[in-house]
Amino acid sequence: MRRWQFLLPLGIFVILIILLGVGLTLNPREVPSPFINKPAPEFNLPQLLQAGQQVSPQQFRGRVWILNVWASWCVSCRAEHEVLNRLASKNLVDIIGLNYKDDTDNAITWLKRLGNPYKASVVDQDGRAGIDWGVYGVPETFVIDKQGIIRHKFTGPITEKDVEQTLIPLVKKLNQEAA
Amino acid sequence: MKIWIALMLFVIGGALQAGVEIRSFDKAEQEQRFKVLINELRCLVCQNQNLADSDADLAKDLRAQIFEMINAGKSDEEIIAYMVQRYGDFVLYKPPLKSSTLVLWVGPFLLFVIGVIVLMLVIRRQNKQVPDLNEDEHNTAQHLLQENSKDKQS
Repeated sequence: MRRWQFLLPLGIFVILIILLGVGLTLNPREVPSPFINKPAPEFNLPQLLQAGQQVSPQQFRGRVWILNVWASWCVSCRAEHEVLNRLASKNLVDIIGLNYKDDTDNAITWLKRLGNPYKASVVDQDGRAGIDWGVYGVPETFVIDKQGIIRHKFTGPITEKDVEQTLIPLVKKLNQEAA
Repeated sequence: MKIWIALMLFVIGGALQAGVEIRSFDKAEQEQRFKVLINELRCLVCQNQNLADSDADLAKDLRAQIFEMINAGKSDEEIIAYMVQRYGDFVLYKPPLKSSTLVLWVGPFLLFVIGVIVLMLVIRRQNKQVPDLNEDEHNTAQHLLQENSKDKQS
């Protein structure tokens, strides 16, 4: 026992290093969403490009859809935008935009300049719908199933890798579920 | 020197400014509840600040939301439930006692108990290391001590 005692501090050190190493690979900004497997919160908001028309999650019952929270002032949304454009061009799933606390003119210009991946974008000027959806860091992306249940959430910009490895397989799986 | 004072005032001024919106409540009790709530709820954007300290846009919105709910006669429990429903237990600086937060609550006490046990073992071992003297050694020691005290007296 005595002979091996000098290994004890080394052992503690190794355990510490492992714990710190794991800590480094975690993303502290990613707060587990309480919405997973809960019904999507309601909203009834005007469309960005057709101001007269209202959109609500009810309208998408029976379909798998994606809600993407974006704003023209959001820098990482710009990086994400191309990924969304490419996803939209595949025609796999409807993407609905939630234009969060944005200037409407800027938002319209943004879509004209960078392309519009959204089937529709709704205007959440005061951020109330954002609060109801637990949004805290734009961009955020929710995947909603046919029964209106949120099944997945991405916080921060989604990447090509997220789309290929997580989003598309999930959408395909959800499409096979009963409505 | 002057520039340092100016800089200090700037920094202090900024700190004082953050999170101060002027709100008027009907009752002092409501204002008190508001203060307690915004101190206990965490801002999701700057995660190490509470809603009272944070200058983030979301914190402003959530303060406004809490203000409205208090004025609408909602209880503290209802307001906290509203926040937890949207942002999860993460918004609470005092997490509830659940199986997933057990380590958080029990961990420090567990570490304390382990520390006390280790300390007791170390002390006991050190006490044991004082060697027992046999008769001869004991006499020699006694002798030496006496001689020593004689030297001092003379």
